[in-house]
Amino acid sequence: MTDIDKQTDPASIELLSFRVGGQDYSVDIMSVREIRGSAKATSLPHAPFFVKGVINLRGTVLPIIDLAARLGLQADTDKDRNVIIVVDIAGRTAGLMVDAVSDILAIPSEDMQLPPDLAADETRTFVSALTIVDGRMIRILDLDTVMPPQGEEAA
Amino acid sequence: MSDPMAEIRASFFIECEELLESLQDGLQMMDDGSTDSETINIVFRAVHSIKGGAGAFGLDDLVQFAHRFETAMDEVRSGNFHPDSEAIRLFFTCADILGDLVRAARDDTPPPNDQIAPVLEKLDLLVGVEEEEDEDLDFTPMTLSLDLGDTPPLGLDDAGALADLPPLTFDTPVGKGFIISFKPENALYSSGNEPLYLFRALRDLGDLSVRCDISGLPALASIDPNCGYLSWALTLVTEEPEQAVREVFEFVDGLCALSISPLTDDNSALPAPEPEVTYPEPDVIPEIETKAAEAPVTQPEPAQTAPAQSAKSTGAPTQPRATVRVDLERIDRLVNLVGELVINQAMLSQSVVETGLPPNSPVSTGLEEFLQLTRDIQESVMMIRAQPIKSLFQRMGRIVREASASVNKEVKFHTDGETTEVDKTVIERLADPLTHMIRNAVDHGFETTEDRIASGKPSAGIVTLSAQHRSGRIVIEISDDGAGIDRERVKAKALEKGLIPEDAQLSDGDIDNLLFLPGFSTASEISNLSGRGVGMDVVKSAIQALGGRISISSQQGKGTTFSISLPLTLAVLDGMVVQVAGETLVVPLNAILETLTLTDQDLRQLGPETHVVQIRGGFVPLLDLGAELGYREPETSYVGATVLLIGQEDGNRAALAVDAIEDQRQVVIKGLEGSYGRVPGIAAATILGDGQIALILDPTDLVTQASGRTRVRAFPKALAG
Amino acid sequence: MSLNVLAVDDSRTMRDMLNLALSSAGFTAHLAEDGLHGLEVLSEIEPDVIITDINMPRMDGFGFIEALRSDDRWSRIPILVLTTESADELKAKARSAGATGWIVKPFDPAKLVKALQMVAG
Repeated sequence: MTDIDKQTDPASIELLSFRVGGQDYSVDIMSVREIRGSAKATSLPHAPFFVKGVINLRGTVLPIIDLAARLGLQADTDKDRNVIIVVDIAGRTAGLMVDAVSDILAIPSEDMQLPPDLAADETRTFVSALTIVDGRMIRILDLDTVMPPQGEEAA
Repeated sequence: MSDPMAEIRASFFIECEELLESLQDGLQMMDDGSTDSETINIVFRAVHSIKGGAGAFGLDDLVQFAHRFETAMDEVRSGNFHPDSEAIRLFFTCADILGDLVRAARDDTPPPNDQIAPVLEKLDLLVGVEEEEDEDLDFTPMTLSLDLGDTPPLGLDDAGALADLPPLTFDTPVGKGFIISFKPENALYSSGNEPLYLFRALRDLGDLSVRCDISGLPALASIDPNCGYLSWALTLVTEEPEQAVREVFEFVDGLCALSISPLTDDNSALPAPEPEVTYPEPDVIPEIETKAAEAPVTQPEPAQTAPAQSAKSTGAPTQPRATVRVDLERIDRLVNLVGELVINQAMLSQSVVETGLPPNSPVSTGLEEFLQLTRDIQESVMMIRAQPIKSLFQRMGRIVREASASVNKEVKFHTDGETTEVDKTVIERLADPLTHMIRNAVDHGFETTEDRIASGKPSAGIVTLSAQHRSGRIVIEISDDGAGIDRERVKAKALEKGLIPEDAQLSDGDIDNLLFLPGFSTASEISNLSGRGVGMDVVKSAIQALGGRISISSQQGKGTTFSISLPLTLAVLDGMVVQVAGETLVVPLNAILETLTLTDQDLRQLGPETHVVQIRGGFVPLLDLGAELGYREPETSYVGATVLLIGQEDGNRAALAVDAIEDQRQVVIKGLEGSYGRVPGIAAATILGDGQIALILDPTDLVTQASGRTRVRAFPKALAG
Repeated sequence: MSLNVLAVDDSRTMRDMLNLALSSAGFTAHLAEDGLHGLEVLSEIEPDVIITDINMPRMDGFGFIEALRSDDRWSRIPILVLTTESADELKAKARSAGATGWIVKPFDPAKLVKALQMVAG
């Protein structure tokens, strides 16, 4: 299931676009809670390499995903400019660390297309659709695949 | 909107718990010798109310049992049966089964049928109630239906109410109707009945014509306002059976002369002796209403004489003494928010300190007051989650009764401080460890009855369960007046099992603590009571999981006391804040036995990657916390390192090397599992004064995860302190 | 016809159910926990009919009815007794205490409403 499938309004979908590892990505704006600056994360032992750790988001413990690492991209070296996009993913909240937020786009649904099935490219798993804006290709992120699988749910 | 019946059902089960509690209380008072009628009434009423509610929800098993129990209690109440202690013990068992049935109904689990029959048999034998064969029919549960349609479903209880009516004869031409003659006696009026309403109810059944016979009316001067003088002849044309007509007169049965006969072609043309008072339908009702309201003949003392001016109708229903039931989630949210407040307050304090304001500046003073207020709020909020420990103690009473019966020892159960309020979750999670400890006490703690008598003790042993608040913690004590711990035997057993070295020098306290080692069992034969593969080590780990500590003290020949100390709430934790590889971590204080700085003599290298620490004759594996958590590689030397000696829940110990100890403080627990998932070696997280998140260590998990790497097993010598 | 009903029962479940049944039928329900509480409530409201349980702490149903019947203001008010037994003995006792009628628990709301209308219009 992709975010596009969930759209019932056929007219258009609003996306928050951002840059990560030099590429253009976007997420459905409905799943974005807020955007905030980067903060020092507390490392989690034995966490996957793309989990930066946890930060304090107004009293809640927010896991931070290093999206560049998750997507297998080269991260922007200028760490100070990093931005965290707080998103809701399947009932959980997480922060996606990206290079910079670009824009809010309204894309007609018919302008979106499924990515070609290129088995060699790992990012295919994380992208649910593609679209072209001003000659740039925007990848629409499938948020469900970004979070690490949750071992044990809270009792 | 939620289903109102489902809500009432849920609230019924809550009420049941309260009723079961007063049932236990009442029985306890009876057991203590009370023969007060109100005590017996409390017991009776509790059973009665459970039965009443259960009937409404069609909980047949519960109704049947409650009914038998109630019948027995009724015998006690009416003075036909004077219960001795054996009978009261049986009543306790009945109360236990009643509780089981309530919970089985609530959780939709199978009822404990195998226990019920023998108990009922004993009950009948003891109380000697002759149960009628059709007893069960007397109270037939019926599911309450809220379908208030205009065709009322015929309840089963109608059958009982109308049992003595002649059966319906189907020869009677249906669809005709009835001729009714009705003459109220004075008692009908004084019971609050009113002919007008009966006529209205009849009118609902079909076409009604009413003829009032005023021939009995005396001259005005001699009318007694307290007497009724009228009688009525009614013709009802209806499809309904006679039973429906009888039903209308159910309440006035015996308070009037009533005859009902089927309407036939012969009598349908009613003679009209007093045609002037024949009111044809449909005018009949309003006419009579006016008459009834005005005529002192049928209403000798009209309700209007009531001082209406004093009656201020509020409109709103008068609420019984109110408590508020709140969703636990809402409370937890509040607890969390107050936790935030505490953290924010700490952050603010830290900022103020950093600005270099003098300690007596208005800001600092204000902040101090803020701190106090915050603490007060936190405490009050925690108290919302608290409830009296009584319910738990009552459950333990049952354990004592069952356990003592199964090992044939006479044991009395005393409680103290049962109003002490404890966090709801703590109460729930204490049930298992306490059950085990009580079983242990009954099974192992007490001598046989003969031995007790021989040593000059009363034949009945006493188990005392007490609870109290002590310096910000809850202390629960389980004591028995049994033989005390046989230390020689315990030590021999520990040696035999290889739990202690041959030359171990153990104090009495050390020996007592051996009981908490895994796999330890002093009973040479494992009884079927406490020997269920659960040892005191499991009890200890359950208590530690609640942030608690357990200790033991025993006096030869006098008895043994287990003392459990628990935090007031699970939302905060006393922790030691430590630094490791640039990260701040919190180690639960209750896991730390002591802290020390390692010297050359303490440290032994075991393998290429493993060290042990020698502490008072025992060897303890050394774990580098930073390396264990994957923050860094192990250090080359640990001389001079700060270590925390961790008492593991299985009795084993470990020394955790940290970079520095910062502080001891209370921290608010933040779950990680909801937002991220379980992290090995980590119990939860917290937010420190600087706003940074610090992880809270789960020492047992950490040591378990690490034990493969160290490849040494420390001698779990007696636990220190 | 909408009635003003006072229902007296020490069981919270039973009160909840009476309240639900009465208000679903469009009646106004006033609730009390026992006889004494019922008398207290009666100083504030003027019900058309009273429903009362028998077994209650402090003041039981019989005591409550007797208190009402011996008070001019309430001596004529219809009173229905709630009972789990349909035993004649209990009915006789309720009647001699001055009850107008009875409702056997567990009650069927439709029957309850019918019984109320039978005694109070």
